[in-house]
Amino acid sequence: MKKYTLLILILGLNINLFSQELEDILEKEAPDYSTTITGTFHGTRIMNGHSVETRKRGILEFLISHRFGRINSGIDDLFGLDDSNIRFGFEYAFTDDLTIALGRSSFEKTYDGYIKYRLLKQKTGEQDFPVSLTLFGSATEKTIKDYEPEDKPAFKDRLAYTSQILLARKFNSNFSFQIMPTYIHFNMVPTTNDPNDIFAVGFGTRIKISKRVSINGEYYYTINPFESIDTNNSLAIGVGIETGGHIFQLIFTNSRSMIEKGFIAETTGEFFNGDIHFGFNISRAFHLKKQKEKLY
Amino acid sequence: MKTYYFLLLTILFLNQTFSQDKYFTKEGYISFFSHSRVEDIKAENNHVLSIIDTTGEIAVQLLMRSFLFKKALMQEHFNDNYIESHKYPKAKFKGIILNFKELDEEINETRIIGVLSIHGINKEISTKAIINFQNEEIIITGEFTVEVVDFNIKIPSVVINNIAKTILITFELRHKLYIK
Repeated sequence: MKKYTLLILILGLNINLFSQELEDILEKEAPDYSTTITGTFHGTRIMNGHSVETRKRGILEFLISHRFGRINSGIDDLFGLDDSNIRFGFEYAFTDDLTIALGRSSFEKTYDGYIKYRLLKQKTGEQDFPVSLTLFGSATEKTIKDYEPEDKPAFKDRLAYTSQILLARKFNSNFSFQIMPTYIHFNMVPTTNDPNDIFAVGFGTRIKISKRVSINGEYYYTINPFESIDTNNSLAIGVGIETGGHIFQLIFTNSRSMIEKGFIAETTGEFFNGDIHFGFNISRAFHLKKQKEKLY
Repeated sequence: MKTYYFLLLTILFLNQTFSQDKYFTKEGYISFFSHSRVEDIKAENNHVLSIIDTTGEIAVQLLMRSFLFKKALMQEHFNDNYIESHKYPKAKFKGIILNFKELDEEINETRIIGVLSIHGINKEISTKAIINFQNEEIIITGEFTVEVVDFNIKIPSVVINNIAKTILITFELRHKLYIK
């Protein structure tokens, strides 16, 4: 009997060894794919500004953003809710890396267009790469008639341009951090003392508190702000909630504008004085094209 | 006593001989399908690795990120939220094709039993399969179902009606002789 047990044991052991051998062959033959890190941020915006994320090819994103008035405006304005401004934008992904968008803000009746290109992607595996890098460029045209009829500015005088390098790293599935060197050019500025070229650097983060809910923060430090208006650095803190094809963000910020040249260079609110605008971003993605076969 | 040792040695030796012959593929196909009242979701993977030896042992593995969905966002949610492929990049199966040595038709029906490992959870699987010996290929096809809950995959309440509780898995693995 003992001998049978021994036999069975050895046979069993043998089979186990064999399975291990088969698995070892699979491990050896498995191509060492570098894996691109996805989902550094939930959406294309951290809060006010852009994240490194772009949408996949063929996705049309419809983005509606709201900022109400200042919370410290009191009960008469229902803590800012009476005063609302809106931006809606259509943002189309021509490729996985290239998005072109058009938007319109009710604040100063501003039209904006941007191009966003995802140049480098964070990867693990054989070709390790530590960060994601996205280039962003936008042009905006202010169309509000805030001038005397005889003093009408030329089209080009109401243009402003923003260029950004978005550099981000997803440290782990719960923590991502981004740095955004920014250059803004105004074709026309309020007074001759004001710089036409404004430089700023932004910092943004996402801290996930569950699979679908995150705390986001974003801060832009303006190096050479306008002289004639009393501006502040833009700060935004909020919550992001992702549900299927929707992304919903609740925001508290001292900026009224939702476009880069506005919130980076022209923020007048002082966050810690209570000049806080409550707002939200809602994004809905529409799939206009099916995915192509792609090897990871 | 001697007889036993002889038997033992013979079996060991036999096994060694058999182990020379292995059949292998890098381009196996596995898909899964979820049907619900709201929508049907299908994902396909054409880069499945599978190997069998002449004793009927089989080992299969695939990269979760190689599953292709019709909608890019679904794929993103599948990887990031449900299957957590950053933590569990691979699905693996290790098992035995029953009566493999006795299969002598061109097309045979048999059963494969083994352990499926997804999302860090091991689960015993037993499924019918068709073994087809054709042009020096060994083609294994079949389908089976798994319960989402068995693999500790949490589906949030907002999409609970979009994703089936039972997922149908279909496989087609065309093995060719493995040359080292």
